[in-house]
Amino acid sequence: MSDRILGGTGIVLSLFFIWQATLIEISPFSDVVGPSAFPIIIGVVLGLSSLYFLVKPDVGPEWPAPARLFEIVMAVAVMVLYAELLPVLGFIIATALASSYLTWRLGTRPLQSVLVGVLTSGGIYLVFRVILGLSLARGPFGF
Amino acid sequence: MEVLASLGDGFSVAFTLQNLMLAALGCFLGTIMGALPGLGPSNGVAILIPLAFTLGLPPTAALILLTSVYYGAMYGGRISSILLNIPGDEPALMTCLDGYPMAQKGRAGEALALSGVASFVGAFLATWGLVFIAPQLVKVALLFGPAEYFALFTLAFATLGGISSTNQAKAAFAAALGLGIAMIGVDGQTGVPRFTFGEVHLYDGIDFLVALVGLFALSEVLIFLEHRHGESEASAKKVEIGRITPSLSMLKYCTPTMLRTSVLGFVAGVLPGAGASLGSFISYSMEKRLVDREGTFGTGDPRGVAAPEAGNNAAAGGALVPMLALGVPGSGTTAVLLAVLLALNITPGPLLFTQNPDVVWGLIAALFIGNFMLLAMNIPMVGMFTRVLLVPPRILMPVVAMVSFVGIYGISGSSFDLLVMVLFGVLGWLLRKLDVPLVPIILGILLGNAMEANLRRAISISDGDWSVLVGSPLAIGLWVIAFVGFILPIIFGAALKRRMKLAASKEDEGELVD
Repeated sequence: MSDRILGGTGIVLSLFFIWQATLIEISPFSDVVGPSAFPIIIGVVLGLSSLYFLVKPDVGPEWPAPARLFEIVMAVAVMVLYAELLPVLGFIIATALASSYLTWRLGTRPLQSVLVGVLTSGGIYLVFRVILGLSLARGPFGF
Repeated sequence: MEVLASLGDGFSVAFTLQNLMLAALGCFLGTIMGALPGLGPSNGVAILIPLAFTLGLPPTAALILLTSVYYGAMYGGRISSILLNIPGDEPALMTCLDGYPMAQKGRAGEALALSGVASFVGAFLATWGLVFIAPQLVKVALLFGPAEYFALFTLAFATLGGISSTNQAKAAFAAALGLGIAMIGVDGQTGVPRFTFGEVHLYDGIDFLVALVGLFALSEVLIFLEHRHGESEASAKKVEIGRITPSLSMLKYCTPTMLRTSVLGFVAGVLPGAGASLGSFISYSMEKRLVDREGTFGTGDPRGVAAPEAGNNAAAGGALVPMLALGVPGSGTTAVLLAVLLALNITPGPLLFTQNPDVVWGLIAALFIGNFMLLAMNIPMVGMFTRVLLVPPRILMPVVAMVSFVGIYGISGSSFDLLVMVLFGVLGWLLRKLDVPLVPIILGILLGNAMEANLRRAISISDGDWSVLVGSPLAIGLWVIAFVGFILPIIFGAALKRRMKLAASKEDEGELVD
């Protein structure tokens, strides 16, 4: 079933891709082939391969139970939040929060997770900012 | 001997204090990454590319660092195979067969040392092979026109799944997906934006480093999160290491095996679509058939440790031949190394040898140096590397995620890139669940624009005649190989994969079923 969904999605994607490729404006200085031809070829390959596993799907994978899936969605949400908040909070605070969360959800006890998170953040800051001089995001406190 | 003179120049490039330090650091980090289950050479190099890039290292120095990581990871993969019976990466799978039984007999130290020596022999001979074969391939490649290049790129995609691939439709799907992603951005030849949907961030296209780190490193974190209640804690059990120097007689006993499998592995590495996993597999099978008269393979025979290790390291060296000479990688890890070169604004291929000989030969010299360093590091320090296995993944994986973010943020300083990276992480997780290979996606993103440019150049030269794509014997030859390479796995792939799995699961009985 999973493969069928992948195949269906692939076909929709390929049709959308080909449609978008035909919409590319042609510049008057274009070469013989133009900017649309290769994307259309790619779209066709994408569509054909999707069609194959729509018709002949493999045995589907074992999807995680809802609780596990929720875990993954939450982790992704934390990563997105991290990306957004990094410039606002600065590197050390944002990283300590995010890695504490991930460590906790991977099975460390809460208090220990906070410790590991702070150490991870501080360690990365020490190695990459202080020793190697990489520019990391600066928050309101300058780190 | 023109080649040796070039190699000599290479050594003078590589022998600076900074480069030697970088090589040592790379070997050390690489061995650790290879040893950790779940972090293979591809992931290891992927995480470090953005870092080497943002640190502003000069091209040769960055290359030396990252190839040392690559070689180091190939060495490191065996440590967890031998001690825990968990392969650190896919090529190390075959090392479990005899390595773990040796460890159970209290000869873990000997197995580790022997596999270190075998890795060294394989990699050392393969690097010599690279020195002599790559320049010959360059001579052929200089005959290539745009049409041949287009055929060559197609060949790379067609054979990338390898002959152990099970579903070629999924490999084709992945390649098309990667190529499609490469199309995003302003068209290089006419200047019109494509697939940007008016989003200014997309005009430059999707940075392949962002995609690479997301697909490889972040998806790994998600996989770990999914299997949290797995066997992660089991790794803490203590294994007796025993003596860590192999006896001379044992080395002598294994020497013919190491030499044979080095050659075999190298050939497997050079050929498109084979790669290190197959190199170690056929090395082990061949040796078993040749020398296993008493049926000791699979019960802790030292030759069964030496064979796959020499084979897989030789294959890793062999895979560098097409990558450097043609600019077309034949395996996942070399695809990642191609990303390294492109990130440094170096385009591999025949012209690299004439235009940037210092980079090529400096790199090859670095491989030799890295090899000796790895041998020196691995024999006395192997006990230290084994301790790395005790770091629980629940602490390690968040560090991997955070270092990935640091690397990508360091390049552009934009949150947008981080969001794209997370998106690729989720995509990578989904596709891995669905058994869609990730390497063709990366290769598509890397090569898409060059592939299209060659197609358009070929057809512009012929004034719009598409038949130019099959207009020369060389091009036709490449198309034929591409076609055969794509079809072959459909016929043999499933059977071969089954045999590799079977060989791995049958280790208790020590029988390879033919």
